[in-house]
Amino acid sequence: MAQIIDMPKLSDTMTVGTLVKWLKKEGDAVKSGAMLAEIETDKATMELECFFDGSLLKIYAPAGSQIAVGAPLCAVGKSGEIVPDVPAPVAPKPVLKDDAKPVATASIEYAKLPAPSPAVPVVLPVAHPEVPSTPGQRIKISPLAKKLAAEKGIDPTRVEGSGPGGRIVRADVLAAASGATAPKSQISNSKSQASSGAFVPTASLLAKGPVQEDQLVPVSNMRGIIAKRLVESKTQIPHFYLEIEVDAGPLLELRQQLNTALEKDGVKLSVNDFILKACAEALRRVPAVNCSWEGTAVRHHSAAHVSFAVAIEDGLITPVVRDAHLKTVFAISTEAKNLAKRAKDKKLAPNDFTGGTFCVSNLGMMGIDRFSAIINPPNAAILAVGTTVKKPVVKNDQIVVGQRMSLTLSTDHRVVDGAVGAQFLAALKLLLEGPALLLI
Amino acid sequence: MPVITYREAIRHALAEELERDPNVVVMGEEVAQFNGAYKVTEGLLAKFGPQRIVDTPISEAGFIGMGVGASMLGVRPVMELMFWSFYSVAFDQILNNAANLRYMSGGQINVPIVIRGPANGGTNVGATHSHTPENVLANHPGVKVVVPATAYDAKGLLKSAIRDNDPVMFLENTILYGDKGEVPEGEYLIPLGKADVKREGSDLTIVTYGRSVIHSLKAAELLQQEHNRSIEVVDLRTIRPLDIDTVLKSVAKTHRVLIVEEQKPFASVGSQLTYMIQREAFDELDGPIHRLTTIDSPAIYSPPVENEQLPNPSRVVKAALEALA
Repeated sequence: MAQIIDMPKLSDTMTVGTLVKWLKKEGDAVKSGAMLAEIETDKATMELECFFDGSLLKIYAPAGSQIAVGAPLCAVGKSGEIVPDVPAPVAPKPVLKDDAKPVATASIEYAKLPAPSPAVPVVLPVAHPEVPSTPGQRIKISPLAKKLAAEKGIDPTRVEGSGPGGRIVRADVLAAASGATAPKSQISNSKSQASSGAFVPTASLLAKGPVQEDQLVPVSNMRGIIAKRLVESKTQIPHFYLEIEVDAGPLLELRQQLNTALEKDGVKLSVNDFILKACAEALRRVPAVNCSWEGTAVRHHSAAHVSFAVAIEDGLITPVVRDAHLKTVFAISTEAKNLAKRAKDKKLAPNDFTGGTFCVSNLGMMGIDRFSAIINPPNAAILAVGTTVKKPVVKNDQIVVGQRMSLTLSTDHRVVDGAVGAQFLAALKLLLEGPALLLI
Repeated sequence: MPVITYREAIRHALAEELERDPNVVVMGEEVAQFNGAYKVTEGLLAKFGPQRIVDTPISEAGFIGMGVGASMLGVRPVMELMFWSFYSVAFDQILNNAANLRYMSGGQINVPIVIRGPANGGTNVGATHSHTPENVLANHPGVKVVVPATAYDAKGLLKSAIRDNDPVMFLENTILYGDKGEVPEGEYLIPLGKADVKREGSDLTIVTYGRSVIHSLKAAELLQQEHNRSIEVVDLRTIRPLDIDTVLKSVAKTHRVLIVEEQKPFASVGSQLTYMIQREAFDELDGPIHRLTTIDSPAIYSPPVENEQLPNPSRVVKAALEALA
């Protein structure tokens, strides 16, 4: 009797999975433990393990299709066995060609770990993502913390325990749920960037003891993909950098006015919200930046889907504010807050972090004056936003105190030349220094 | 509200019940003419006469057995053990006879006896005089076991114990006899089997009873002041029947538990509590249940060492911090 293998539920939020590719073809002999296919879920790309010996008799789900959890993928049985008549997979929705190469369009995505080096035996979670990624090693977690983690949809393998022997306790789960812990150097790009609020280091000034524990930490799925994508970007894309300093005074003043007026409505706009809006508007004025290099053609994008980098535990992700050119600052603010929170909770669906046409990375709230970001392919540019610094500026031949913010645009020279990049930054400067334009 | 000693509170309970019910009698070694070895029964002979306040020979097996027999015939004896440590001499009378009679008579015979006296260490009286047998007693279906920590509780619980139709073991404490507390004038009862939250808190539940309640409350204050930790102190008051509901409610609030008991650790009241808490509130626990007991040895004769053998505020603070880790 042939065994029908269904789409497994590989994460707590998974309802459908994309069959990325088959690793075996019909007729191949398979053994229990062999990997049959790669499946992309909302969180990761994982391998589909076979639990039977025999041969792969029939494939029901073509590569590239999206299959509901529980729907049949393939049949494994004795060679020559008659394959049962299984209906076609539920709603086999062939994905659009644009999305067929998620690696090419995703901003940062979780995917399969690159092959581990032999010295570091790493076993990937295959069929049961709730199992820790180092099988055989139990997670130490209190009963209450375990229950809370399940309720809040938090993966305990990603929570650092503060209890005795590293036990995860309630406080750790609550902190993870609120995004308060995670990496100690957590950046929140959705947070406001008050010019007066000096960056406060999170680590104690008087910390003692060893720097950290000697250990070999296996590369997580996310770190793996970040490493792979950024090496690709930096080696394949001819980056060049343009830098401009803008007067942030009017923007900070406008933000202050709006936040004071709207405080009772619970509205709090961040500097970053205005920057996202300004980028969308600048892309409207200089659409040549809103393009992607595709080898033999340059794809022009009709909409400004502006993504922004959010630091999360063990990495970062770039959720996308779609059609930012059509949205108000308020709408962008609401959406960005929601995306950032879900990013920290690891609740983003692929749709939330793919398809961006331009990216913003803001380290202003971390006290960074200026920096150069690595382009997030297939975008043609990324904007790096520094902190706002009070410094002397010459205005009407007088030295006065200015509020200066540094913007650095990293640009793909295959798509955008220096003059075009300069036009973009000039448009951006105009918008940020006359921020009322962002409100009309 | 009047402030009286734990000793006086017990005496008031006895006097009120002697007044209320002519079937109530007080018997024991030195309870009458000598006014009680610890002066608990002081003045009762003068007030109620030798028919009600009866000195007995120095034979626990004899006079406890007599009390059990009397109770079967409708008398409500309150028997004083000079030390609960001597209960073992009357083990058969208390735990074989009194505990089983109602069951074995098919409910025809009640044994409304109260056996009371001090059961504690910490007074440099040696290993044979320092037993705390509440766990041994509570192991026997058919008896009730009460260990009051305050004057208020002692009075209200003793009056309920005297009115109860089953054998009630009432374990007092010689060190607490002189402790003063507010006790209202007039009659009040505290039902058996009802724990009391002596201090509200949110970080840790200390489940305790008897003199350890006093240590725990002192420790809770120190933990608040010096460590900013909020401790809830649940006083069981009655060991059996055990008010596990109040304990579980507190555990559901704080998620961490320390049991403090003046008990040897092996098969103690805390052992039973630990089982019940983990069984009923597993998913509420944010750490293992911790326990602070008397250190497992016969009562140590050296006073400074005995003090460290028993629970005390500094040991409770240390154990609480471990439970909070």
